[in-house]
Amino acid sequence: MNFTVKTQIMDAEKMRRTLIRISHEIVEKNKGTDNLALIGIRRRGVPLAQRLAKHIAEIEGVTLPVGVLDITLYRDDLTTIDHQPVVQKTEVPFPVTNKKIILVDDVLYTGRTARAALDAIMDLGRPEAIQLAILVDRGHRELPIRADYVGKNVPTSKKEIVAVNLVEIDGSDEVQILEAAE
Amino acid sequence: MWKRKDLLGLKELSADEINLILDTAVPMKDIIKREIKKVPTLRGRSMVTLFYEPSTRTRTSFEIAAKYLSADTSSLTVATSSVVKGETLIDTGKTIEVMGADVIVIRHEAAGAPHLLAQRIKSRVINAGDGMHEHPTQGLLDMFTIREKKGKLADLKIAILGDILHSRVARSNIWGLTKFGAKVRVVGPSTLLPKEVQRMGVEVFQSAEEALKDVDVINVLRVQRERQKKGLLPSLREYSNLYGLDRKRLALAKPDALVMHPGPMNRGVEIMPDVYDSLHSVVDEQVTNGVAVRMAILYLLMGGKNVNEVVN
Repeated sequence: MNFTVKTQIMDAEKMRRTLIRISHEIVEKNKGTDNLALIGIRRRGVPLAQRLAKHIAEIEGVTLPVGVLDITLYRDDLTTIDHQPVVQKTEVPFPVTNKKIILVDDVLYTGRTARAALDAIMDLGRPEAIQLAILVDRGHRELPIRADYVGKNVPTSKKEIVAVNLVEIDGSDEVQILEAAE
Repeated sequence: MWKRKDLLGLKELSADEINLILDTAVPMKDIIKREIKKVPTLRGRSMVTLFYEPSTRTRTSFEIAAKYLSADTSSLTVATSSVVKGETLIDTGKTIEVMGADVIVIRHEAAGAPHLLAQRIKSRVINAGDGMHEHPTQGLLDMFTIREKKGKLADLKIAILGDILHSRVARSNIWGLTKFGAKVRVVGPSTLLPKEVQRMGVEVFQSAEEALKDVDVINVLRVQRERQKKGLLPSLREYSNLYGLDRKRLALAKPDALVMHPGPMNRGVEIMPDVYDSLHSVVDEQVTNGVAVRMAILYLLMGGKNVNEVVN
């Protein structure tokens, strides 16, 4: 199916400001950076987590550890999809037990990815708390999950796609809403 | 992307398919190292092991691999099954299939038995060793171990030492490794070298000393005492003197050479205890990697839908 760009909801500058704002919110809500760690969900949650860590370092002068989470093995739809996704490495180079984990992803939609990520983190240890940071919340939740930090709430139709492009992966920073071409 | 119903041998797999298995085994190995060695990936799937020959590590390795992925496992012990009443392989396989098994792991003394079963049932079939033909999961775990330790397979000099004739491990290794450009050499007594081995793209040696010069990897095979009734070896002592891997022979290989063995070992026959216990030996790691590789295979075979709908 072909998609056309319906609208751009974030450009590079707006994305930068949004991530700085979320960084401030993380520091404020947790009253500093004690015991905090970031974990990005593959793929686009990972560079976002790294950018948040960079902004927090600029704000507080503390560099937080960043982990990478692959949730493939925790998906609840493996038995219903035609071909299973390629499993990638999970790299969380710090113990999660007793840490406050900021889980980072680009888009929050049905909530199933976040649920899988929660399971995956729990299998690595017992964190003190897990908070969810999301660049775009597009609604249509199928599970009782909400984000603690939201870059932008964007009401969408289920036929639309929220495309997050990041320099690290896609060569540019922008968020677009795509819709199926007629 | 994985498209096959079964895993029957390395001869038929492409380098890309082998790479996908080895790449998938990397994150699987991380799970084995965790405190909680379990992921929910294959919840609701089932695996049955059907072994017509004895085995400790292969069967246990498959069972552990399945359990780490949350699949349910059962094992059918041939000696106490209806096989002793004369039930055929296909009937046994069909019985297991209609009980709902998604995958059947079979070891059989006859070459081609897993292929026959795979053609006749819808459940997925994994070859865990068929006669003197193939042992693909052992071949894959050997390749995984070499790739992990050496960072590559291409251009490595790999010697397979011992009873090539009876070894399904040797055949799977040769077919797998040569697809990646490894330079495989085989060495053993002439009575234990099959005639067709030269056509498999390997160098053939009868002198251990010549074959082990400058190699990166030595894969020592077990002397299969149970298959030596035809007098192919004068004595185990003579074999050990001429082909047993001792310190002196190991010193001919590269200083960082790996010593591998598929197990079980005859210590003091094909491998000397001090070599097995040396830093060159990666035998224990091979066993761990075996679980990771089998987890990868089970994931690739059972992960998608249509597990009981695809036939070849």
